[in-house]
Amino acid sequence: MQKYSSLIATPLILVALVLLWDAYIRVFDVSPFILPPPGSVWEATKDLLADSGTFGHIWVTFVETVVGFLIAVVVGVVLGGILGKVRWLEQTLSPLIVGLQVMPKVALIPLFIVWFGFGMTSKIVLAAVLAFFPIMTNTILGIKSVDRGHRDVMLSLNASRWQTFRDVELPSALPFILTGMEVGIVLATIGAIVGEYLGGNDGLGYMAIATLNAFDVDAMFGVILLMTVLGLVLYFAVVGIRRFVTPWHEAVTRDKE
Amino acid sequence: MNTMKTTSADLAPHVGAGISLKEIEQRFSTPDGEIIALTEVNLEIAAGEFLVILGPSGCGKTTLLRIIAGLLKSTEGSVTVGGEPLWNGGTRNDTAVGNLGVVFQDANLFPWMSIEDNIALPLKLTGVDRATRRRRAGELCELVGISGFEKRWPKELSGGMRQRAAIARALSRDPQILLMDEPFGALDAMTRDQMNLELQRIWMESGCTIVLVTHSIREAVFLADRLLLLSPRPGRMDTLETIKIARPRDIYVQTDPKFQSYEIEMRRRLDSFS
Repeated sequence: MQKYSSLIATPLILVALVLLWDAYIRVFDVSPFILPPPGSVWEATKDLLADSGTFGHIWVTFVETVVGFLIAVVVGVVLGGILGKVRWLEQTLSPLIVGLQVMPKVALIPLFIVWFGFGMTSKIVLAAVLAFFPIMTNTILGIKSVDRGHRDVMLSLNASRWQTFRDVELPSALPFILTGMEVGIVLATIGAIVGEYLGGNDGLGYMAIATLNAFDVDAMFGVILLMTVLGLVLYFAVVGIRRFVTPWHEAVTRDKE
Repeated sequence: MNTMKTTSADLAPHVGAGISLKEIEQRFSTPDGEIIALTEVNLEIAAGEFLVILGPSGCGKTTLLRIIAGLLKSTEGSVTVGGEPLWNGGTRNDTAVGNLGVVFQDANLFPWMSIEDNIALPLKLTGVDRATRRRRAGELCELVGISGFEKRWPKELSGGMRQRAAIARALSRDPQILLMDEPFGALDAMTRDQMNLELQRIWMESGCTIVLVTHSIREAVFLADRLLLLSPRPGRMDTLETIKIARPRDIYVQTDPKFQSYEIEMRRRLDSFS
């Protein structure tokens, strides 16, 4: 029963929300410039998808997000792995890391544009910078959370530092790293889109600004819808990796049952 | 009031390696100052002997086992394993550690490895090829009675079976000495009796030396060739008793008057501490 509840209830709730949206506009006579009815958003989205240029923009945002995210994964896991292992280095760098983490990264966009231009590079950098922190901090946490008993086993087996890292610390940290990646992919998408808002002529973020400038609110909602779908696809792709990489983990089996 | 009672061990000829503990003392510094966990431990464990360490909680029995395992370097004294000193200055002696297999209170299996990979991990670390590891894991599963579960995840096994796998892992490098820290403490009474029987069989088949820590008097008397009772902190050797009951022992040996007199004697000693 519970297995089907999400399959039936979730779409039903979605339909109810759309109906509510439609009813609200009719009852309160909301101006379509403030909130267009679902029907016209749907029409505008279909028009957008009929235009081949739209796919070019989706592709640009997709590439920026994925490349930025992958950079963040590699740098975040390597750096997090090192900091998790080397205590004194983590303690020395931690004030610096916290400082960088609380800094509003979006404020760096003008700087990135100066450094990397109006093209894709500046957006990739922003996506990577946003996604990097949760991945790195989760990796550090994961490496540090290795079970004491597991460490004792490796110690009693005379395992080298590298063997302990490869066979115990890395697999122990994997569920944590994946959680960091789930947060990271969402932030990378935001990074790419916000980057596009503020500079350049490509991507879904640029499209949103363009529709705003044209006062085409229907199309703007359509663009937002496309952004959401892109974000969902990327997010679930990362969630899917969890099942693939850590089939042994509790979180995976619980979902299966 | 430390009456050290020692009976000479009359044991069958054994293979394996012995352990020698000389003047072991372990101190820990705590916020309330230094505490002495163990002191004046002098013990010769014969090759092939089954020694059980028994004591009230907090007496330092686990600490003593960790010292023998090389997981902890004692503050004072020296440990020799199979004729090799366990420590050379501040570094562990690889040859001596290679003679040891350790089983902990928790099975401590790695959840991301199949049972087979868990059991063969010690061999992977020493560079044994995959085919040999698989074959050896199969043999060990057979020895500890979990054949057919080689490809399962640890979470799919019961507590008793996981502990069997942990014993198999500890045996995979064919160690001459098996060290066990309350290995069956987390199991229910029935499983525990069964595991004790199995352990006796494995010990008799493998010929290795076993040092086992427990807080169960019955388990101690059932398993031991010699039984070492530690006093409460600071842990000292209180009684060293040879259990003269023929092997293999079955579960009904527990109703034997000889068994019960050992049990009662140990119970009295333990009660005298408090």
